[in-house]
Parts: sequence; structure tokens; C-alpha cells
Amino acid sequence: MSEGNFCTYETAWCPGCGHFSILDCLKTALNELGKDPSEVLVAAGIGQAAKTPQYINANAFCGLHGRSLPAAVGAKIANDKLTVIVDTGDGDSYGEGGNHFIHNIRRNVDITHFVHDNQIYGLTKGQASPTSVVGLVTGVQTDGNFNEPLNPVLLSIASGAGFVARGFSGRKEHLVSLMKQAIEYKGYALVDILMPCVSFNKTNTFGWYNKRVYELDETYDSSDKAAAMIKSMEFGDQIPIGILYKEEKSTFHDKSKVLSTETPLLDRKTNHEFVQALIHSYQ
Amino acid sequence: MYNLLIGGAAGQGIETTVAILEKLLKRSGYNVFTSRDLMSRVRGGHNFSLLRFGIEPIHSHSYRLDGMIALDEETVLLHKDQLKENGFILCDSRLAVSDTRLLPLDLSDIAKQLGNDRVLGTVAVGVILKLFGENLDLVEEVLAAFVKEQYLDINKKAVQEGYQLVEKRFEHLNGAFQDFMLISGSRAVALGAVAAGLRFYSAYPMSPSTVIMESLAEHAKEAGIVVEQAEDEIAAINMAIGASYAGARSMTGTSGGGFSLKVEALGLSGMAEIPLVVIDVQRPGPVTGLPTRTEQSDLKFVISASQGEFPRMVIALRTPADAFYQTMRAFHLAEKYQIPVILLSDQYLGDSTSTVQAFDPMRQQIAEPASEHREEGEYLRYRYTKDGISPRLIPGKTKHLISIDSDEHDEYGKITEAADVRIKMMDKRMKKLEGLEKELQEPDFVGPDNFDTLFVGWGSTWGPIEEAVRILNADKNNRYAALIFGDVYPLPQKLLREKAAKAHRIINIEQNATGQLAGLIREETGITCDDRILKYDGRQICAEEIAEFIRKEELK
Repeated sequence: MSEGNFCTYETAWCPGCGHFSILDCLKTALNELGKDPSEVLVAAGIGQAAKTPQYINANAFCGLHGRSLPAAVGAKIANDKLTVIVDTGDGDSYGEGGNHFIHNIRRNVDITHFVHDNQIYGLTKGQASPTSVVGLVTGVQTDGNFNEPLNPVLLSIASGAGFVARGFSGRKEHLVSLMKQAIEYKGYALVDILMPCVSFNKTNTFGWYNKRVYELDETYDSSDKAAAMIKSMEFGDQIPIGILYKEEKSTFHDKSKVLSTETPLLDRKTNHEFVQALIHSYQ
Repeated sequence: MYNLLIGGAAGQGIETTVAILEKLLKRSGYNVFTSRDLMSRVRGGHNFSLLRFGIEPIHSHSYRLDGMIALDEETVLLHKDQLKENGFILCDSRLAVSDTRLLPLDLSDIAKQLGNDRVLGTVAVGVILKLFGENLDLVEEVLAAFVKEQYLDINKKAVQEGYQLVEKRFEHLNGAFQDFMLISGSRAVALGAVAAGLRFYSAYPMSPSTVIMESLAEHAKEAGIVVEQAEDEIAAINMAIGASYAGARSMTGTSGGGFSLKVEALGLSGMAEIPLVVIDVQRPGPVTGLPTRTEQSDLKFVISASQGEFPRMVIALRTPADAFYQTMRAFHLAEKYQIPVILLSDQYLGDSTSTVQAFDPMRQQIAEPASEHREEGEYLRYRYTKDGISPRLIPGKTKHLISIDSDEHDEYGKITEAADVRIKMMDKRMKKLEGLEKELQEPDFVGPDNFDTLFVGWGSTWGPIEEAVRILNADKNNRYAALIFGDVYPLPQKLLREKAAKAHRIINIEQNATGQLAGLIREETGITCDDRILKYDGRQICAEEIAEFIRKEELK
């Protein structure tokens, strides 16, 4: 795996953390796609995973907790020449940012969403996340978490997402391949990436995931939506990884009459004659 | 000057009737001002517009009615006491009301005979034109702007029918306002944004701010603006910040409740130094308050909204001209200082239409982000500079990488907790306030120099206060003057200190319950107001109310 121009930075993650592998894969995917750092924007909110933009040599937008999707979407609308990637955690994406998650599937702006899904809150030191399993004991869920976990892949397929995949930080080459396909996909692409949190999640460990994940092979038809939804519900002794669902869809830019021109929005110029005509229309 | 009231239930077509009438009168040379009093419902209730026209300056409404068009009984009952003795009540002959000033006509029968109940309002327009000695020359052209082509003919006939029903009662006054614009505050904001080169507007619908989004959407394709209805106000402001970071001039708009949701992201604009224009079209709070009515109670909220400290600018809009030019200026200052600029409007200013000299977009320059790094040394997004303004490059438009963070960060935009960097970065950001203070526009001073009583106000009460000063000085004693603030934060102090030193008495006039401007003035300058006129019933104060308050006081 080669990171190319995307460089190595000092990080503040715990040794053995799944974030390291995901960061490696992201750099490798971008490098293998031949991207220049200056054309890439990596956006995140707040959290351990959300530190990713700080550790990669690219444009970085570390905004507010839960709000990386709207900011990234705004940036892509402004300049569709940017490769826009939201790379952040499960709390940021599905908890605080849950509303944006659903509605940006509807919008289908051509961005890529990588979610570090470790089923726990790391930065705040170990509370349940929206994807935590039932029974997980934490400093807050002292009797064990009794709220059912959100299923992000099922939810996104049901909401109309055109590219939905699941990866595992322990299968790096497979993950690089998923990331590349997600980045290349025209439209909103979600990759939910399972990963261990070595400090706070003693249930869903590396071994726990490693024993359960299996790669979807060519016999699986990722264009069958109903089958994909059933496959998405598999999360027990067996957890499928790979592209669960894929469909070509019109993007926000295709559908918008303002954006479906050659010139990116930020390069459009105000037509002074049009402004004068508008003023005149009030006379 | 003439004052008309047009009232009825929501859904009866008051809006269109008023829009046609005010445009006809403006085109005929009149200065026109129309305020809109609306209930928060789609059907029923009681809505009315106050339409004022004359040849002198008119910047506010008046309840001293020369006539009314009553589309229902309630309008007559609620407003007949405001009608002058020789005034008229134009209504359908079927209304079950009695008053010596009634002018009952078979408006609905005529509309029915013409084949469409909905042209009743247009019949009334014909009546008004005749009563006020207008001719019908402009009717066709003006109607064409408001009704669909297939209904143009029937509406023309409706005006003609109405015109024949009555005799002239009032003299036509020769004004010279034909070529002026007739525009509402909210539409002037939208126009200012278009003229300033807005590229991205995101908002969640909220009365009374939605008109801005709708007005922009109307012109989005020709103007090259993406107007996106966000899933919530938090998304709206974060999208705007993301778009602005990536180089598209961006704005978001809302009312107080939506602004409350945007507050955290306002701080992101301040911390990450990303230009942003936010408009708060105020309505009475707290929370849902009176959704379609007016108030000026968000001043203290917006000047301190969001945790921590960062530079910002707050501009209150006073008139439609202000709405246009100050919106343009907001984009300029937001880019120049890389800060959030907040515009404060309200329902009264936003929805009132008035006659205003045609806007000149060339009057306001608009700053641009840097196009490339040309100075010596390494490019640093948050370089320490003398004025606190660091070079802003646009990601993807340069080989340099642009890193922003809501955490405290160093000159590269990378997270840091170093104490010395924290202090230097805070100082760098706050330094921008010194530059901003040099940009401040002093409040408008209205009245004679030898005044003894000074009114202070801000924003949309400019019209009522300006007229009140004229009314109160009509006795030639010239005792009254006013300072009306547009820039409110940072607070311009020069003229205030100068005029306050001369005043025997200072009275703040505000549409809120606590006197927020007076509080800000006291905090910033130590100057205290001696008395106050506060109104918080959701209805805009008018000049006569101010004058009456003063006269009552003088009798004491």
C-alpha cells in the first residue's frame, strides 16, 4: 500500500486503534486513483475518527460535531471539481448528524461518506453510540445498553442511497477497493467501516469482527434492492462486507438547472445587465 | 396624502388587490408606502394592509384613514373608529354593517356577471381609481404583471366596471415618483444579495423570512445562484459555511427561532474565519411567539450568540434602500474581515413595500478572496498579521492546501492546545474588530440642531421615528431630533456622544419590552436614556403614537 503525496503525520490515536488502518486505506485509495492533494477535500465533524482530516495531506474541513455532511455538500455544490470525502465516526454521522444523513441521501450530491463504525464513543471516553449492541455496559449505560442499534446500511438503502457498502479495518486491501469504488461512484456513496476501539469497546474487538466478517463474492447481485435489504440485516455470527447495493442515479448537479452547466458555481459571474433588469422590474 | 386600509379574511385576495393598486398609484406619480398586518393562517381571520400615498416623503404607516376597502364585516367593525368623518367604507352591498360612511356597491354581483368571483378585488381597484381622480391609462400594463394572460381581459373589464360605479371624490396629486422602485424590504435584501454576487443561499422556511428565499429562487437560474431548502436551520448554515469555504459567496436567512438553531455554526464562521452573511428577519418571541408579526427583540441575542468570543458585525436594516445597500455591504465586510455579518430585519420592514429611488449596485464595492499566494515565504491560512486578516485562498484553486478547524488551531489550521498559540490566535481574530470600527457608519441624525429631546432607535422604526420628529416639530419650536442606528454592533459612538451631550433628555423608542438598544448604549458608553417608548404587541409603532406619547407627557 502506498500513500503517495498524502503523507504521514503524528496522530493522537491509541496504539492498535482501527483508525490507523482506515487512514492508511484512505491515503492509498486516493493515491491509487491518481488524485492530487489539492483537489481533495476531507471533511469531518468532531470525534476520534473526525481527526482524520488533520492526519492527511489534503484540504481539510474540521467543522462541528454532526455537521460535516452539510458543510461537505455545500463545498461540493460550490465546486464540483473537488473530490469531497466525509471521513468521520458513527456518533458524528448517525447520532448528532442523523438528520443530515437521511436528507443528504435524498439530495444525492456526489460526495463519499466513510464512517468509522466502532460502536462506541471514543473521544468522550466510552459511551454507547447509535450502533452499539444491546447489552454493552458503559459508564453511562451502567445496566447495559438497552436501546436497539441503528442499522446504517439498511437505513441508507431504504432511504434511496445509490451506493452502500460495508468494510472492515482489518481487511485493508478489500477496504481500499471499496473506497476507490465509492469515490468513483457518481452520487452519495456510504461505506460503513467496522473497526475496533481498543480502549473502550471490549465487546466488539478485532477478533470479534475478524471471526464474523466475510466478503461478498461475485454470486451476490448488488443491484437487487430487496435482496440487499435482507443482506443488510445480517449482523450476528456472520457479517457481510462489500458493496451491498449499487444503482446509477441522477446526482444533485445533474438535476439542478443552475449546476448542470460546465462552469463550477464559484466561477460564475454576476451578470450586471441582469441585475439592472431586475431593478427595472420593480419600477 | 391619503391613507387607505384594505382588509378581509386570509384567502380573499387582499394581497393581489393591494399589489395592483399600489403599483398603479406609484406609476401615476405617487410616493407609496404599504404595510401588511397578517395573521398566521392560510384561510379566515383578519388581515389588512395600510396603503399610504402622496407626494411628500412617506416612510411609515398611519391609521388616520381616508377610506377603506372592507371585504368582510369584521374589517368595518375593527377599523371604523380609525376612519375620518368624511371617509368612505367601500364594501359589497351584502355586508351586514351600518355606518353613515358606507359606500356599498354590488361588487360581488359584478364579479359574478363577469364570470369569476375572484375579480371582486379588481372591481374595487376600479372604484378607488375613480374616487381618487385617476385615469385608466396604466391599468392594462400593470394588470399584466399580476394576473395570468388568460385572466387579463376579465380583470380589465372588472376595473372598467368598478370605475363606472362612482364619482370622483379626491383630487389627484401630481407626484414625480413614476420611475422610482416599489419594493419590500425582504425583496430588496434578495436583490442586494444578487447584486453582490451571491452564489449559494440555504435556508429552512420560516415566517417572515421565507420571502427572501422565494425571491432568490425566482431569479436563481438567470443569476447563477443555488437556492437550497435545507432539512433544518443547522444544515442551512453549515451548508452555507461549507460553500463559502469552497469559494461561493454564501448566505443563510431565518427568523429568531431558526437563528437559535444556527448559533453554534455562527461561531464556526468566526473561529474558522469563513465569510458568512446571516439575516434574522425578527418576529415576536420568545419561541414561536407571534409568527407573522413584528418585533425588535433579537438585538442582544445576536450580538452575543454562540459560545466564546469572536468578532462579528451586526447591521440593522432601516429602509428598503438600506436593505439593498447594507446587504451588499454585509457581503463586502464578511469577505474583507472573514467574519459572520448579521443583518437584522423584521416583519414590518420585510413585508412593507415602499417607493425608493432606483438602486445603484455600483455604489458598493465587494471584496474578493485572494486569488493566489504571492507573498514571501510559506502559505499559511491563519498567518499572524498586523490587522488580523490572514490570506484566504480557495481550496482547489491553488496548489496550497486549505485546512480549517473548529478547534483552536495554529497558523497552518492544525489543532493545537499550546497556550501561547491560543493567545496569539485569539488576539489575531479579535484584532479584526479594530478594522471594523473604522468601517462603522454613524447613525442617521434626523431633525434640527437646536433640539432638546433626543430620540434613539434602530432598524425599522426609522420611518415612524423620522415622521414623529416632523410631526412634533410642526409647531416650529424644533425641540425634537433623533438618532437612528443601522450599524449596531460594534456600536458607533461618535455622533451618539456628540448629540447626547447636547440633549436635555434622551428617549429610546424600540419594539421590545426591555429597551435593548438603550442597554447596549449604556454598556458601551455609559450614556443612559431618561425615558423610553417600548412596544411589544407585535404591531409596528406609528409616528402618531410616538407624538401622542410625547404630548401626553407634556400635559403632565
